[in-house]
Amino acid sequence: MSVDSQTVRKIARLARIAVTDDEVPGLVEQLNGILGWVEQLGEVDTKGVEPMASVMPGSLRWRADEVTDGGIQDKVLANAPDAASGFFAVPKVIE
Amino acid sequence: MSALTDLSLAQMKAGLAAKQFSAVELAQAHLDAMAANRHLNAYIVETPELALRQAKAVDDGSRTGPLAGIPLGIKDLFAVEGVQTTAGSNILKGFVPRYESSVTANLLRDGAVFLGKLNMDEFAMGSSNETSAYGRVISPWKAKGSDAELVPGGSSGGSAAAVSARLCAGATGTDTGGSIRQPAAFVGIAGIKPTYGRASRWGTIAFASSLDQAGPMARTVTDCALMLTSMCGFDPKDSTSLDIAVPDWAAGLTGSMKGKRVGIPAEYRLDGMDAEIAALWDQGIAWLKAEGAEIVSVSLPHTKYALPTYYIVAPAEASSNLARYDGVRYGNRVTPKGGNVHDMYAATRAAGFGKEVKRRIMIGTYVLSAGFYDAYYTQAQKVRALIARDFAQAFEQCDVLLTPTAPSPAFAFGAKADPLAMYLNDVFTVPASLAGLPAMSVPAGLSASGLPLGLQIIGRPLDEMGVLDAGLAIERAAGFTARP
Repeated sequence: MSVDSQTVRKIARLARIAVTDDEVPGLVEQLNGILGWVEQLGEVDTKGVEPMASVMPGSLRWRADEVTDGGIQDKVLANAPDAASGFFAVPKVIE
Repeated sequence: MSALTDLSLAQMKAGLAAKQFSAVELAQAHLDAMAANRHLNAYIVETPELALRQAKAVDDGSRTGPLAGIPLGIKDLFAVEGVQTTAGSNILKGFVPRYESSVTANLLRDGAVFLGKLNMDEFAMGSSNETSAYGRVISPWKAKGSDAELVPGGSSGGSAAAVSARLCAGATGTDTGGSIRQPAAFVGIAGIKPTYGRASRWGTIAFASSLDQAGPMARTVTDCALMLTSMCGFDPKDSTSLDIAVPDWAAGLTGSMKGKRVGIPAEYRLDGMDAEIAALWDQGIAWLKAEGAEIVSVSLPHTKYALPTYYIVAPAEASSNLARYDGVRYGNRVTPKGGNVHDMYAATRAAGFGKEVKRRIMIGTYVLSAGFYDAYYTQAQKVRALIARDFAQAFEQCDVLLTPTAPSPAFAFGAKADPLAMYLNDVFTVPASLAGLPAMSVPAGLSASGLPLGLQIIGRPLDEMGVLDAGLAIERAAGFTARP
C-alpha cells in the first residue's frame, strides 16, 4: 500500500494539520518510505496471537467514584490562549 | 567551587551530611557552571531563584529527605509548577503548569533542588536533539583531532549533555524507545528506564502512553539507583501505575554476578555491525564472566521486527495523545483571518508542531484510519506480543541480557537527515521498551575516535535490582573515567 497526494491531504485533514501545496510531494515521499518499511510486519505469522495493547497484566484498576478535584477554574483557565466569563473562548462556530 | 560539580550524587549527599559544604554552595556551583556552558543549549529554562530558595531551605533544616540539597536538571517533558514546560515544542511555548508532575513531586518530597528545564527533541520524538524548537543541544564531547560538533543523542539530549558536562548532579529523563539509554551512551553516563508502571506518567507530557517511562540519568550506577527510588512509586492518578513497594535500590546494590546467568541475544549481532561495538560487547561479556557470571546464548527471533512495530505503535499513540493541542485550553493559537474553529485547529497545529512531530502524527493517523487499522495497527500489536514472548522465553534461561546500547558512537549534526536512518539508531533499545522491561546503559569504553560507548543491560519485569547490579559490575570493570 502506498499513499498519493490525495491521501496525504486526507490524512492531514483528519489530523487537523494544515499543509501547503509545496509540502505535499515531500510528505508523500516520506510517508511512503516509512510505510514501505513497516510493511515488512506483514510477513510475520501472527495467527492465534492476541494483540498486545499494554504490557500490564490484567485489567485496569477502578477508583472510588469520589470527587477528588475541582474548584480550580482560575488554574484551569490560566494557560488558555483566550478565555471569557470563566470559559474557554474560540472563534464563532456557526454551520 | 568547580570541584563541587565533579562530585558524584552520592558524594554530594555525603558531603552535605558532613557539612563540608552547604546546599546553597552546591547549587551556586552548578548555576555558575550552567552560565559558563550556555553554548551547549542544554537548558531551555534556568531556575536559579527556585534552586537557591530550595537549597536555602535545605541548609536551614526546613527541607529534608534522601535527596536533600541534590541539584538536578529536569527534562522539559515533566510539568513543574510555575516553571515553563514545553516538551521542546513551539506549541507549548509559554505554557506554565499550575500543577506538579508526580515524578518531580516525588523528587521535591525528597529534598531535591531544581536547576532548570532541560532541552529535548520535540515531544521526545528524535534520537539526536535536532528536532527541538529551542535549538539543538550540543554534546560536550568532541572526537579526537576534530572540532566538529556532535549530537548528544535523544530524546533526553539536554539531560545527557548537562549530566556529562557537570551542569547538574543527575537529571530526569524519559524513555519511549531508548530516549534515556541512547543519549546516556553517547555522552558517557549511566541511565536506567524502570519496568513500565514503576514511575508515574501523571504530569509527564505524553508521547506514546503504553511505552513512556521516566527514569534517572547520572554519572554513576549508584547515583541512578538513588534517584530511581525517589522517582518511582504508586500513583492513583496514573491508571497504569504499579501498586507495589519501591525497593531502596542503592542500599541493595552489590555488583555481584556470582551465580548469575547473562544472556547474549544472537539476533543483536547484526550483519555489518561496527567492529568497535562488537569488540566492546565481547569485552563486556568477558568482564561479567570474570565476575562469576555464566554466559548463555539466547535467541530473540522477532528482534528485526521491533523497529517497524515501534514505528506503528508509537506514532499511533502519539497521534491520539497530541490531538489535545488544539489551541483551546493551553498552548499557542493561530487563527487565520476570518477562519472558523476548524481552520484554527489546522493552522494552530501546522504552526506549532515541527516536521518530525507532524510526520509521526500523520503516520499514526494513517495506520489508525478505517481500512488500514487491522493491516497496520492490529498486526503491530500482535508482533509486539511476540516480541514480549521472546523476552519471556529468554528469561527462562538467563537473569539479565547484555547488549550494546547503540550501533555507533555519537554522530554529527545532519548525519541522519533521512528519518529512517535516524530511526535505525534505536535498534538495540526499542525491543525492551515494547516489552516494558527495565533496561539501563552504562559507559563501558571509548571508540578509537575517543567517543563514549555504552553497554545495555535488560532485566526481567520488576528486576531493576538485577539490572543495576550488572550495571555496577560493568562500571567497576570498565573503570570509565573519561570526561569531555
